[in-house]
Amino acid sequence: MAVTMHRFANPTRFLRLAGAVQPWCVGLGVACLLGGLYLGLLRSPADYQQGETVRIMYVHVPAAWMALFVYANMALASAVALIWKHPLADIAAKNCAPLGAGFTVVALASGSLWGQPMWGTWWVWDARLTSVLVLLFLYLGYIALVNAFDDPTRGAKAGAILALVGSVNLPIIKFSVDWWNTLHQPASIMRMSGPTIHASMLTPLLLMAIAFTLIFVSLLLINMRAEIAERKIRTLRLAHGAEG
Amino acid sequence: MDGVGGFLSMGGYAVFIWPAYGVALVVLGGLAFGAVRRLRRSEADLAALEAGRPRRRAAQRDLTAEEAT
Repeated sequence: MAVTMHRFANPTRFLRLAGAVQPWCVGLGVACLLGGLYLGLLRSPADYQQGETVRIMYVHVPAAWMALFVYANMALASAVALIWKHPLADIAAKNCAPLGAGFTVVALASGSLWGQPMWGTWWVWDARLTSVLVLLFLYLGYIALVNAFDDPTRGAKAGAILALVGSVNLPIIKFSVDWWNTLHQPASIMRMSGPTIHASMLTPLLLMAIAFTLIFVSLLLINMRAEIAERKIRTLRLAHGAEG
Repeated sequence: MDGVGGFLSMGGYAVFIWPAYGVALVVLGGLAFGAVRRLRRSEADLAALEAGRPRRRAAQRDLTAEEAT
């Protein structure tokens, strides 16, 4: 296991792979985004209860899924970094955080803009909304913690522990709509009996979800490549300093 | 929905729907812009730094840099 892990731990191999995968992710992501926007904004019907506001769903739901998915990735990468001391896992976890925070902001803001016309309020301190706000603070706390140390490896370790502890919030968010009474509706896609929305709405929703996932992967790869270059620069500068 | 005006008015909910899409555009666009700028800058700095030092000594000295490569 450790041997196979270390084959992928090699940043040269990672950089080659990232360079090859990235254009496909960007291209496919943009295509899905355009398709999702076209179907979502122009071709899908208005909801019989919610009218046109249902179109907020095509931004809100994929962003909320990504907020959870990115955190799960960050926690997984943190676990790999702690257990196998995998240098790329540290870099992956660290660069997940700003992207996850971004998706969480989009989910919260679009949800608020949906809540006002449909529930009559921008915000309510119920289980789903509050647990997602906690998720945003976990992302921001992680970013602050990782950058609070002079020694980046110590920062990464502290951050990894925070990310793992914070992952208890993920099932709380997912099941908050079942465990507590909230204004937020329960799941209509991710349920055991299958999705309960019509294909004309499900198709743009899934296209947008694929688009957001590919945008996340693309931006993560770009940021990881940048961070590897930054670390090389730091090593070279330290070597320069030692020479002078 | 009739015509462009009808589409933009979104059945009277334009003030909620378009800002929701706008927030996504600004946040994701900002993250994308920042990521690309960061990569360009770091790769340019690295290329300048690597061009500015003799190759052989670099290879001998920077065992740590090789490991990080």
